[in-house]
Amino acid sequence: MLEEIGPFLEVLLGGLMAGVLYALVALGFVLIFKASGVFNFAQGAMVLFAALTLVRLMEVLPFVLAFAASCAIMVALAFAIERLVLRPLVNQEGLILFMATIGITFFIDGFGQTLWGSDIYTLELGLPKSPWIILDPPLPGGILVSPVDVFAAVTAGALVAGLAVFFNRTKVGRALRAVADDHQAAQSVGIPLNTIWLIVWSVAGVVALVAGMAWGTKLGVQFSLALVALKAIPVIILGGLTSIPGAIVGGLIIGAGEKLAEVYIGPAFGGGIENWFAYVVALLFLLFRPQGLFGERIIERV
Amino acid sequence: MQSATARAERGEGQPAAGRKFGGEILKVDGISLSFGGVKALSDVSFSIREHEIFAIIGPNGAGKSSMLNVINGFYHPQQGTVTYKGVTRRDVDPHDAARNGIARTFQNIALFKGMSTLDNVMTGRILKMRRGILWQALYWGPAQREEIEHRAFVERIIDFLEIQAIRKTPVGRLPYGLQKRVELARALAMEPDLLLLDEPMAGMNVEEKEDMCRFILDVNEQFGTTIALIEHDMGVVMDISDRVVVLDYGRKIADGTPDVVRGDKAVIDAYLGVAH
Repeated sequence: MLEEIGPFLEVLLGGLMAGVLYALVALGFVLIFKASGVFNFAQGAMVLFAALTLVRLMEVLPFVLAFAASCAIMVALAFAIERLVLRPLVNQEGLILFMATIGITFFIDGFGQTLWGSDIYTLELGLPKSPWIILDPPLPGGILVSPVDVFAAVTAGALVAGLAVFFNRTKVGRALRAVADDHQAAQSVGIPLNTIWLIVWSVAGVVALVAGMAWGTKLGVQFSLALVALKAIPVIILGGLTSIPGAIVGGLIIGAGEKLAEVYIGPAFGGGIENWFAYVVALLFLLFRPQGLFGERIIERV
Repeated sequence: MQSATARAERGEGQPAAGRKFGGEILKVDGISLSFGGVKALSDVSFSIREHEIFAIIGPNGAGKSSMLNVINGFYHPQQGTVTYKGVTRRDVDPHDAARNGIARTFQNIALFKGMSTLDNVMTGRILKMRRGILWQALYWGPAQREEIEHRAFVERIIDFLEIQAIRKTPVGRLPYGLQKRVELARALAMEPDLLLLDEPMAGMNVEEKEDMCRFILDVNEQFGTTIALIEHDMGVVMDISDRVVVLDYGRKIADGTPDVVRGDKAVIDAYLGVAH
């Protein structure tokens, strides 16, 4: 019995850790959707841009300074997006804003690689390479855990706790939902749209930075980071576009689900189901519960 | 004071003695607004005095809503100025308008549908909170105390408009008439000096209309709020307004007390059509 639990736990744990990483990217989508009712196509590009910025700055600065500077750059980017793209488009349809974010995606992709170069960079955070072995006494052989995954999970957990306080314990949460529901009504009661958007895009930028850091450590900082965003889409369909806890739970379910599916039902399909399993789950959710597990309403704009 | 006496002569509404108006709170001067080739407003001027109930009427497409949108800054006219509390501007910024005490409701209800009645009304207090939105996010000790004060104020408005029973209900689930009332509550939570109501009684049944009329008169009387409203129901407009402006095809065709406007030939033509 114990011999079977060991590998199962190891797969489950690995899946959950990967899920946290998906959740990090999904969180960026959810934040912006909650605040402006727009599906931000550029989230993946922001992850790549943030990671590139961090990795290149770390060549000349110590980690803490490079991280701070990257945060500042992401806030500056949020400021520029608010000023140049969102502000002229106030009160426009969600679809128009969505198209604008596609434009932002191409710009950030190109701009990031022009500015920082398009090579593959390794992001070295000084974490131990060799896996830790836990639960050795009860389980024969123990479970292997990657320190990078643990670091990412802890960071993500802290980030989520911080955001939960930020958005639930303060009036920002209410203002945010108001802006998402109706721009004009929000303006008419004097909610400063521009400030709200600036806050949210800045926070999404910093979340992208953390996600970029975690994924960059695993995969190296390269263009494919921008595609990680595609894995976040099933996560938000599962969790609901408007729910921060939904992003986390959705990430964990997708992460654990696809790893377990690969190991336990994958052989029946000849393996390799990890790549599409998440999308099938998302499809089933779209059929039977389109608002996701925690979503507030039907998703209209994906 | 002519309108007040006119009211008394009609023998309806409040007695003239109860109606006291202050100076001009708002003046629009020579407003012209067009969208592409379509002229929504041409050279419209009027002024609203403090504490009065002022109505803008006219057939569909006359430019009534556009006028409200110009006053609170959603639309920026090509020509003309808006003078509010002595400050003259061409382009009003919606945020400035809200900060300076202009609140409004919308023709097609614009509530925050996923939120409860209480939360919707609370958003009206955002500008009254001493600390900015960013500050509240970072430091929530004093912000929480402030929240309690504002909550108490909002509860009084909820009592005033008799919507206690639906405090916790998500507004998306409420019937139309109640949604309109919640929207009024949100506007009142801003403690406005000038309240703009875009068709506050549209789509209501007789009973709901009577309630809404009573609330509008009560707000005006108890808080001294100046009210500018757009309404289609002539009976209502003539009953509760001190003064009426009539728009037709974006032009002002009449301006005066309900009695004067009612007898105006241009107004009758605009509403009933002219025999050619």
